[in-house]
Amino acid sequence: MPASDLAVHRSTIHESAARHVTGTAPYIDDLPELPGTLHIAFGLAQRAHARIVAMDLSAVRDFPGVVLVLTGADMPPDVDISPVHAHDEPILATDVVEFHGHPIFAVAAATRDAARRAARLAKVTYEDMDAHIDIEAARPKGRTVVTPMTLNRGDAPAALSTAPHVIAGRCAVGGQEHFYLESQIAMAIPGEGGEIKVLSSTQHPTEIQHMVAEALGVALHLVTVEMRRMGGGFGGKETSGNVFACIAALVARKTGRPAKFRPDRDDDMIVTGKRHDFVIDYRVGFDDDGMVLGIEGTFAARCGWSADLSGPITDRALFHADNAYYYPAARFVSLPLKTNTVSNCAFRGFGGPQGVVLAERVMDEIAYALGLDPLEVRLRNLYGTDTRNVTPYHQTVEDNVAPRLMTELADKADYAARKARIREANAKSPVIRRGIALTPVKFGISFTATQYNQAGALVHVYTDGSIMLNHGGTEMGQGLHVKVGQVVAAEFGLDIGAVRITATDTSKVPNTSATAASSGSDLNGMAAQAAARQIRERLTAFAAERWQVAADSVKFENGTVTVGGETLSFADFVKRAYNARVQLSASGFYKTPKIHWDRAAGRGRPFYYYAYGAACAEVAVDTLTGEYRVLRVDILHDVGKSLNPAIDIGQIEGGFVQGMGWLTTEELWWDGQGRLRTHAPSTYKIPACGDRPLHFEVALLENQANVEETIHRSKAVGEPPFMLAFSVLHAMSDAIASVADYRLCPRLDAPATPERVLNTIEALRARAK
Amino acid sequence: MAARNCLKFLLGHEARTLDAVDPTATVLDYLRLEERRTGTKEGCAEGDCGACTVVVARPSPEGGLRYQAVNACIQPLGTLDGAQLITVEDLAAADGTLHPVQQAMVDCHGSQCGFCTPGFVMSLFAMTKEGFPPETDDQAIDEILAGNLCRCTGYAPIARAAHGLAAMEITDGFDARREETQAALAAMDDGADVSLTEDETRWFHAPASADGLAELMLQYPDATIVAGATDVGLWLTKHLMRPDPLIWLGRARDLATIEETTTDITIGAGVTYSDALAHLSWTWPDFGAVVRRIGSTQIRNAGTIGGNVANGSPIGDTPPMLIALGARLHLRQGRIRRVIPIEDFFIDYGKQDRAPGEFVEAVTIPRPAPGQIFKAYKLSKRFDQDISAVMGAFSLFVDEGRIVTARVAFGGMAGTPKRSPSAEAALTGHTLEKSAFETAMRALAIDFKPLTDMRASAAYRLKAAQNMLMRVFIEVTDEDAATRLWDKRGIDDAGL
Repeated sequence: MPASDLAVHRSTIHESAARHVTGTAPYIDDLPELPGTLHIAFGLAQRAHARIVAMDLSAVRDFPGVVLVLTGADMPPDVDISPVHAHDEPILATDVVEFHGHPIFAVAAATRDAARRAARLAKVTYEDMDAHIDIEAARPKGRTVVTPMTLNRGDAPAALSTAPHVIAGRCAVGGQEHFYLESQIAMAIPGEGGEIKVLSSTQHPTEIQHMVAEALGVALHLVTVEMRRMGGGFGGKETSGNVFACIAALVARKTGRPAKFRPDRDDDMIVTGKRHDFVIDYRVGFDDDGMVLGIEGTFAARCGWSADLSGPITDRALFHADNAYYYPAARFVSLPLKTNTVSNCAFRGFGGPQGVVLAERVMDEIAYALGLDPLEVRLRNLYGTDTRNVTPYHQTVEDNVAPRLMTELADKADYAARKARIREANAKSPVIRRGIALTPVKFGISFTATQYNQAGALVHVYTDGSIMLNHGGTEMGQGLHVKVGQVVAAEFGLDIGAVRITATDTSKVPNTSATAASSGSDLNGMAAQAAARQIRERLTAFAAERWQVAADSVKFENGTVTVGGETLSFADFVKRAYNARVQLSASGFYKTPKIHWDRAAGRGRPFYYYAYGAACAEVAVDTLTGEYRVLRVDILHDVGKSLNPAIDIGQIEGGFVQGMGWLTTEELWWDGQGRLRTHAPSTYKIPACGDRPLHFEVALLENQANVEETIHRSKAVGEPPFMLAFSVLHAMSDAIASVADYRLCPRLDAPATPERVLNTIEALRARAK
Repeated sequence: MAARNCLKFLLGHEARTLDAVDPTATVLDYLRLEERRTGTKEGCAEGDCGACTVVVARPSPEGGLRYQAVNACIQPLGTLDGAQLITVEDLAAADGTLHPVQQAMVDCHGSQCGFCTPGFVMSLFAMTKEGFPPETDDQAIDEILAGNLCRCTGYAPIARAAHGLAAMEITDGFDARREETQAALAAMDDGADVSLTEDETRWFHAPASADGLAELMLQYPDATIVAGATDVGLWLTKHLMRPDPLIWLGRARDLATIEETTTDITIGAGVTYSDALAHLSWTWPDFGAVVRRIGSTQIRNAGTIGGNVANGSPIGDTPPMLIALGARLHLRQGRIRRVIPIEDFFIDYGKQDRAPGEFVEAVTIPRPAPGQIFKAYKLSKRFDQDISAVMGAFSLFVDEGRIVTARVAFGGMAGTPKRSPSAEAALTGHTLEKSAFETAMRALAIDFKPLTDMRASAAYRLKAAQNMLMRVFIEVTDEDAATRLWDKRGIDDAGL
């Protein structure tokens, strides 16, 4: 039976929208505190890499209100909270601190204020060790946090040695702070017989459960983790919440009191990981038509002091070094460097955007070398459909819509005519120069760790026809709950209002994966559908028997059930089913088919399918100061058959602007001591309202159902739009190129702060002389 | 009159009288911890993200009520005296009907994670009460919302909601109860000095007049004066300082005056950026354009030009402009008053020409004179709500094509805001020729050895400062040239 369109493919509002706007959607810090709740603060190391010689915490312990101080020595032996079990991440640093801001103790007090004041009273003596803060400092030592990965297809060295043109270069891209508006938070509540309940703002409740169990040395069935909503995640709450939850749980365990840990924004930004910055060295060979013949790249990444998820993140950079382009021969190597900085972690795109940096730089290099329009070079190098369709990791691209997207968008945005007008205007403008660029996105959907591509859901139908839905995904604002709710409502022919989605809870749906890799609705939508279908099938079987009709004549539509010429309200029908002792609850399960990956061989099908998009951006650049403004952005994006167009467009607009921030104003800056000096919004500048494009038009690609059997043929949308922002970087590059008459590739690195733009302008002028 | 020792304000429509007030407690902590009004969020506790935005209504000098968005996270609780504090919980009707602002946000899909949403709602609510600017365009909306960061939506749906609201006639429950609110606030308006404490160890004083302030400052010469608390607020939340006593200017109405004469404008130390803006924009458009970018609407509603000068920051935005314009600073200690050229106030990093017990009472800015050209450029990583890397201000008196006098001042280039004598000398006496400006550009390197920090490198600061001089040259000699990104000029064929 087809699903009812009453519920899916509609722009239903976010399930919490009315609560958001009235301030009645509680986040963890908003919940009433139980009597006796303790508040926790970290003491942070003041050295980038040093041995702790002495730590005098007497003033901390003596501060009024302080109840407990925990150091590394108080941690159970051998406890490690590495999400990949690398055994390189103790909860608190003990003998050696590995970055400036490394938590060395935690203090629990009666009030938040007391904990924070006390935490500043520690007297610590250090013996400094060599610190490697950035990629260039770490590279000579060559210490990596995980084994590097190599992708190899064709014979790249041979292709480069025979190519008519070869360009070698280096490009750099900065990291990024997540700046979720709600900082990290965890609250632990001790229960009976060693049980503990943890409320955590996390994308991965199951991992919090595992880490807390490890920290407490108890079985998983004693730990329950609950997560209703996050005030933003973006990958920053995939692993970074572990340390807060573990400390809160340890405090609760040791004191028998509830414990809450909400770091101040500055501490949050200092203590938690960020997007990895990369330096990429490349060589590309191409022919006279601008077709890539062979390419090599080394992707050095600042991973920080521990592995965290740096392995799969740097892997994904390599997976996306092709973006949407076909390379006949490619060899890519990752270099996940250990540095004395905070341990970098997941962030929307998960390394993919850093890979795309190379692909788009190379397209510009070729265009300027041959005097071609960069868009023309991009179009020529796109993957084909039946030929030229194998990636550097040997997966065949079977769903390529990039050519269609780019040509439709070029027409719609009037690229050619605007480009001509811009060049004409620039010739007459001494200060302000404009630029335009149109760039594609192709993003692989699935966790590259195959085991994570599974999900569970739990659906209860109550006897009044209302439905409670629970699934393993977490709501961080992306609209996952409304989408999955729509899926379930559709199965029963009900309006979304009939479905209540409850907090993600490890005691309801166990062994879940992180809500990450854009997979939330793909995985959990399918699992919820599977659960709902079981119930519907039972109901159908009941109806067929009770009314003596064929099963396929039973219809669930518009809040009613039609059977044997009779139409009942869903509630009445369900009541009868209950009376007939039909089980009205089911759990569902889903695992993504077709995928497999052999990292050592660099070969397989890591991705179920690809999501695509294209963006055309126009910018204006002030050539005196390097300031800029984004004037116009047109986006055409492929979400398959959208489950919820409004939610999807929201992801595209938001992802684009976040990507733009990464590539423009968002700059992480460490001083000579390895101190992160951009640890608050006063110094770290995410896009503000005025940074959004003056004209901002987002459209969904029409008539493009997913070729794979995804939930209602939709596509994942969380991460792919982030990379649409490359259109802005390359439009700025186009504007800058005007100062050297478009003869030289500007090689604009990111983040393209006004300073970096002006430096690029100056460098280009010098090269043109 | 004896000082009043309790804090009086309205929370929504309920009267509150607090006898014990922690002088350094913030409005946000009061709301969340004492009142359990948790709709107002803490995002950064430094007045940057706007998640804590609340609206404060006070009687307007023109009659009626004035509704202003402020950052609850850095507002000391005592600054609520005599005001109505409105939070997101107050907006919907008792039957749950959403306020039009809330409904617009829902209809436009303006919330995703929802954490910033109450702040946006309150900023937009303030605008519906104050009236959106006529012909509200995107730039006006950006200005209203510059102090509200959203990490999810990319702002597009929120801007759509704002556009819709700007086009609506809105009356709400606050209009219905306006008279009642005004009467309640009037009843609190006793003209008394206010002194608040929690335990008689630390104090928050709010004198009702400049004279009262002068007396208090004699009594507590090392007191911390706070006007908008947009800087001092961070001492409390970030440095965990407990300055004692705190003396708040907000009740001294005679410090909140703007006097205009034919020759100059005198701005009292208690005048907020928002209140000064119209006067400044009208007189010195570039000054207004910079003030419009200082902080955000929330910050400008609280912060003052007096505070921007008095705290002596090397990166304050108004001092370079005031120096270039030859402004005069009014200082007062008890009954003794003195007036100094404002540039003399800034002695060194962290050191100003202010004696213990002395305070900034006002600043006087000369009006434009014939032949005067004034340009000001704020340079920051982000256009809105960012601290300047370099702030340049330029005042030239030109007579028959020749520069008679030049005042060139910068912020962000040294330990204090300061002039460039070498650049001024290079310009003075020359015609408006490129070579004179190029000489002045080189001369900047003599006067300034800027620092490298997270906002900019030393080299970039110098280069950008030099290029600002080139911008002055282009602007005064080539009227057709587009030189500013935020002008429509130069982008008018962008197909927007």
